[in-house]
Amino acid sequence: MITLNNIHKSYVMGSSKLHVLKGIDLDIEQGEFVSIMGSSGSGKSTLLNILGMLDNYDEGTYHLDNKLIANMSEKKSAQLRNEMVGFVFQSFNLISFKNAMENVALPLYYKGVNRKKRNAIAMEYLDKLGLAPWAEHMPNEMSGGQKQRVAIARALISHPKIILADEPTGALDTSTSYEVMEILKEINNEGITVIIVTHEHDIAAMTQKVVRLKDGRIDEIIRNGDLRAFRHTYNKELETA
Amino acid sequence: MFDLDKWQEILSTIKKNKMRTFLTGFSVAWGIFMLMILLGSGNGLSNGVASNFMNDAVNAMWIWTGETTIAHQGLKPGRPIQFHNDDYDVITNIPGVETASGRYYMGNTRYSYGRESGEYTTVTCHPELNDVDNMVLLEGRFINDVDILQTRKVVVLGKDIHTALFKEKEALGEYVKINKVPFKVVGVCIEPESTRNRNAYMPVSTAQKVFNGSNRLHNFAITINGQTLEESQAIEDRIRNTFARKHRFDVTDESAMGMYNKLENYIQTMRIFQAIKIFIWIIGIGTLIAGIVGVSNIMLIVVKERTKEIGIRKAIGASPSSVIGLILLESILITTVAGYIGLVLGTGLMELINYAMIQSAGEAAQRGETVFLNPTVDFGVALSATILLVVAGTLAGYIPAKRAASIKPIVALRDE
Repeated sequence: MITLNNIHKSYVMGSSKLHVLKGIDLDIEQGEFVSIMGSSGSGKSTLLNILGMLDNYDEGTYHLDNKLIANMSEKKSAQLRNEMVGFVFQSFNLISFKNAMENVALPLYYKGVNRKKRNAIAMEYLDKLGLAPWAEHMPNEMSGGQKQRVAIARALISHPKIILADEPTGALDTSTSYEVMEILKEINNEGITVIIVTHEHDIAAMTQKVVRLKDGRIDEIIRNGDLRAFRHTYNKELETA
Repeated sequence: MFDLDKWQEILSTIKKNKMRTFLTGFSVAWGIFMLMILLGSGNGLSNGVASNFMNDAVNAMWIWTGETTIAHQGLKPGRPIQFHNDDYDVITNIPGVETASGRYYMGNTRYSYGRESGEYTTVTCHPELNDVDNMVLLEGRFINDVDILQTRKVVVLGKDIHTALFKEKEALGEYVKINKVPFKVVGVCIEPESTRNRNAYMPVSTAQKVFNGSNRLHNFAITINGQTLEESQAIEDRIRNTFARKHRFDVTDESAMGMYNKLENYIQTMRIFQAIKIFIWIIGIGTLIAGIVGVSNIMLIVVKERTKEIGIRKAIGASPSSVIGLILLESILITTVAGYIGLVLGTGLMELINYAMIQSAGEAAQRGETVFLNPTVDFGVALSATILLVVAGTLAGYIPAKRAASIKPIVALRDE
């Protein structure tokens, strides 16, 4: 599904150059539930942005669904994003002057679905996430958890192959975080690849595969079976902290 | 292609950002509104002055005689020049002269009717004088050709003479004594641009016969068929040359024969108004540019304000062109609607002023006793100004829109 081969990325900051990703090799299969971890500055958000075609890379190759993602026109990449990827952000990123239903329906607008139809589909998805009564509410009238569920509904509405979530629980309390993770799990059970960036170990522990980044390189990849061991190290880390 | 969905998207954005929409629209509406007022006032002033000119035929010319000041063909300066009836025949035959009226000047003459009497100016003339002076007849008729041929003793009285001598009485058909000679009143008239109507008109042939005028004429009032300044000056030169030869005076001798050409004067005045119009346009265009810069400015702020929204839209699949379209169409829609509102308000106000002026001035305005007439803007001009503004608004919106489209979604999303 996703194949990254020796991905490099650096940002030019004035006169200095910041080398963020120093050669990432990563394979993610269809239907995996992956979390990317790492301390701040380790390049995890950059990696996610490259995966989501929001940012381009300097070196290496990135294949998504067997297509090479490189040197695409903005129009083409926008179209691919619309078809392949659903985004969930830490700060929800809902459009403030649109109500919940309109926010959810927006990706379908860019697919050319007419208003009536896309609003009906949006209602379906809101209903699925238990937000039907909130359809007419504006984002500022909803709680964090509700906003994130609206964002998830928006990410799902265009039937993406991948959901990319950048710290989806970062702005939520623990119980709401778990609710959101439950929803993401359910989505994953339907066969959609879910990739989340997080720095919370308990959130990462709910995924099937944890990719740990350190200084722009993959430090270790912990697979499903090894998660017990991961929990162990996590506990150790807690003790030392 | 009309995309209903796109417009719905834009309309919902506009509806939810009322303040921003209002500010953008206001600068445009104000620009157009001011332009309409400026152009309307300019037109009103120009129309008013033009209509004042129109009261006399604009192609009128007056010719009078004096004394020579330059020695010519052995003749000493200081010789009086005098027109005669044969000069009238000469002037009517000069090419470019449409109509001509000779006048024999009588000075103050005593008019009396019953016990009332007074001194008034008598203008002796041919019927053609009415083509030059454009008198308005309140009653009866003006002098006609039969009066001239039969040297009838008839007179057309100015309104003031009529009221002084006859009070409320009917004057037509009555006889007034002019220097003790009875004349039949055939008409009462006014001169539109004048507030004094103390002139009386009688056939020139009668005047010469009755008042010892022989075949002398003092001056000519003529109309010419020159359209441009050059043509009218050519006709003027032709007349001057003809009379200079006939009466043997130097062509350059201004005091031997004086001429006043109204067309020349009219064209010069209109040139001033042309200049004023250009000036008004410069100010108007300046106002428009201010409006356009306003739109551009606000659109830039809008893009800044909407950076995050644009980022979100791009993340979920908006192409750069759709982002440009969104910003641009919003700008076009606002400028068009606001421009139209400004247009309607501006022209509406000018129409209202026009209406109020006609109401208050009444007939006076019709007769041109005003310097401000019909202060309205040509619809084509108004429309093209609005279209210009919309086009400029589009260009003004394009730069910010282009900038919006080039924002990287990650940068936009990071913008808090």
